[in-house]
Amino acid sequence: MNPTLHSILAFVQTWWVELLCAVLIVLVVPLIAGYLALVERKVMADMPARLGPMRVGPPGLLQPIADALKLLIKEDSIPDNADRFIFWLAPVLSVTAALTSMGAVAFGPWFQAARDINIGLLFVVGVSSLGPIGIVLGGWASNNHYSIIGALRSTAQLISYETTAGFALVSGLLLAGTLNVRAIVEAQRTDHAWYIFLAPVGFSTYLIASIAETNRAPFDLPAAASELVAGYMTEYSGFRWSLYFLAEYANMIVVASVGTTLFLGGWLRPFPNVHWLGWLDAAPTLLLAAVGAYCVFRAGKQPARLQSLVMWAVAFSSFVVSAIFVFASPFSHLPLAKMHDGLYGAFWFLLKVSAYIYIFMWLRFALPRFRFEQLMRLGWHILIPLALVNVVGVAIALALHSEFSWNRWLATFFTTLATLGAAMMLLRWNDKYSAAAALLADSSIAEDLHAG
Amino acid sequence: MMPIGHYLFLSLALFLIGVIGVITRRNVIIVLMSIELILNAVNINLVAFSRYFGDVAGQVFALFIIADAAAEAAVGLGIIIAFFHNRETVLADEMDLLKW
Amino acid sequence: MLDSVIFYFFAGIAVISAALMVTRRNAIHSAVFLITTLLATAGIFLQLRAEFLFIAQIILYVGGIMVLFIFVIMLVRLDVPLPQIRSGLQKWIALFVALTVGVEAGVVIFLARKAPGQGLLIPNPAPADKLPPNTEELANSLFRSYLLPFEIASVLLLVAMVGAVVMAKKRTEAP
Repeated sequence: MNPTLHSILAFVQTWWVELLCAVLIVLVVPLIAGYLALVERKVMADMPARLGPMRVGPPGLLQPIADALKLLIKEDSIPDNADRFIFWLAPVLSVTAALTSMGAVAFGPWFQAARDINIGLLFVVGVSSLGPIGIVLGGWASNNHYSIIGALRSTAQLISYETTAGFALVSGLLLAGTLNVRAIVEAQRTDHAWYIFLAPVGFSTYLIASIAETNRAPFDLPAAASELVAGYMTEYSGFRWSLYFLAEYANMIVVASVGTTLFLGGWLRPFPNVHWLGWLDAAPTLLLAAVGAYCVFRAGKQPARLQSLVMWAVAFSSFVVSAIFVFASPFSHLPLAKMHDGLYGAFWFLLKVSAYIYIFMWLRFALPRFRFEQLMRLGWHILIPLALVNVVGVAIALALHSEFSWNRWLATFFTTLATLGAAMMLLRWNDKYSAAAALLADSSIAEDLHAG
Repeated sequence: MMPIGHYLFLSLALFLIGVIGVITRRNVIIVLMSIELILNAVNINLVAFSRYFGDVAGQVFALFIIADAAAEAAVGLGIIIAFFHNRETVLADEMDLLKW
Repeated sequence: MLDSVIFYFFAGIAVISAALMVTRRNAIHSAVFLITTLLATAGIFLQLRAEFLFIAQIILYVGGIMVLFIFVIMLVRLDVPLPQIRSGLQKWIALFVALTVGVEAGVVIFLARKAPGQGLLIPNPAPADKLPPNTEELANSLFRSYLLPFEIASVLLLVAMVGAVVMAKKRTEAP
């Protein structure tokens, strides 16, 4: 046998799980991103009690595929004076960063592409921080004022809020005591608490910072439609535009996964150590069976033959997966059981990620957009000091627990109170400061008028 | 495991490219970037020696160098922006205020 | 085998894009190639099993410093194409310096490799799977043996930050 082929085969044999995970991420995430866009439109429609897209597929379920086809066959236009190399590079860089960082996210106890890296969570955060470079370069290369303003806004915003997100993550990592993604989740099992309860301020600062990092409303200044056309994406069309779109949604998934892993218990079910809540273990199976039954029930009533076929396929696959859940749980030594654990963990993980992303959408349709200097003031004057104080508070709570053997919840309660007190003081000080600054600005404008 | 000379030659090559950039380029921003490249070449050396001697101190020093590079970039770019406000140029051969 | 393939892959990318970085006229192109070099160097750190430094390089250098560079290049709009090199003499000076330093260091490294025990005393590295966890070891070293330098570095960063803010601020006329 050819030795090169042999070594390649050996490589595949050793790493097939990781390779499979990587391929799955690259294949499935675009699909998920498309469906997230559909969900977003549905949520957006639901808030003023509309229906949203209904035409393609049963209740609009095939809309993402139609959208993808439309984007692929659209004309790909490049502005005359654009820098072609960087115009090509920028969206690719954004997507690569988002998808690569997903490699270290543990979607379940087994589904993780980069299993043994020591720096797990830092890898996710660090590699996804390359995305802004793609945005900036794209804005610059378009040779368009709207684009470059959007790019500059995006850079300033990301640099400001990454600091906050970093400090918020530090407060969670202090509790976990490790950077390894799976060890973090296991630590939440042994600590009998999700870290959102031990570091509530950390979680809320991370939530706000992650919304800002993904350029979502109310912090969507880089692509604010009413001010900048489409910000850094103004000149992009067709496939390149869809790459940016994919990067945005993949980034949402990444920040939601990081938040879920660190603060919401990863793939653990709610209350993993409480035995009388054991019936929660059956939830994924029941849900899948219900989905399958619904599809069987509705399949005959579809107007088109294709639609009913799709319904049958969905019903069949959900019945198969729920059969895996039911039959694999007693046989813990078989490879099937590993699959069961993986799917089971992935269910809870994806449920939490979906809840997190739902918060994103909800805030998008509920809040008006910030002005740029409001955004900067929120970041630098309130969130960064608050996150810093929170790190100290969590460290003090940990020390009280381990050195003076306080009750952990009591220590957390007191330090959280202290942190919130500090936050109130910050707010008051900030109000006073901004009032003074506004006064100063007014007087300087008046002086300018006189001088002019 | 490869002999350490490979790493040293790589580091040397990057260092020399950085030196050439510092000497030849007019744009001060690119000169600053070449300096970052030189610091980076030194980091490769430190990490390679740290791996071969099994002592993590080399990596600690590489971290210090990264921090130093950050400080240097911040101050250097601050100077460049201030200079651009005053003189509307970032070319090294037009920065001749002291020659007056 | 795999180790050396990874090394040559990243080393090739690093050297080529470094050369491109020095020779591009457009400052943004230079910045992009410098980013490529830095990422390739991060890959070499990973190949040397310095995981924490790998991610520190990506977060600090690429995500922080290079974004700052690109930001400044955009603020300082230089759309006019510039002659690359200041004068003809400079090219020769650069070549001379590079050749001198390169030949000198190259000879030293080469001789040291030829005669073990006389030049650089390089022990055999520990096998990769016997290494202790990199992050913990680095933290221990940083916060036990090198605590004072660490604090000094943080003060340096603070001073640099304040200095940069003061310098980049628009000067207002004193009333």
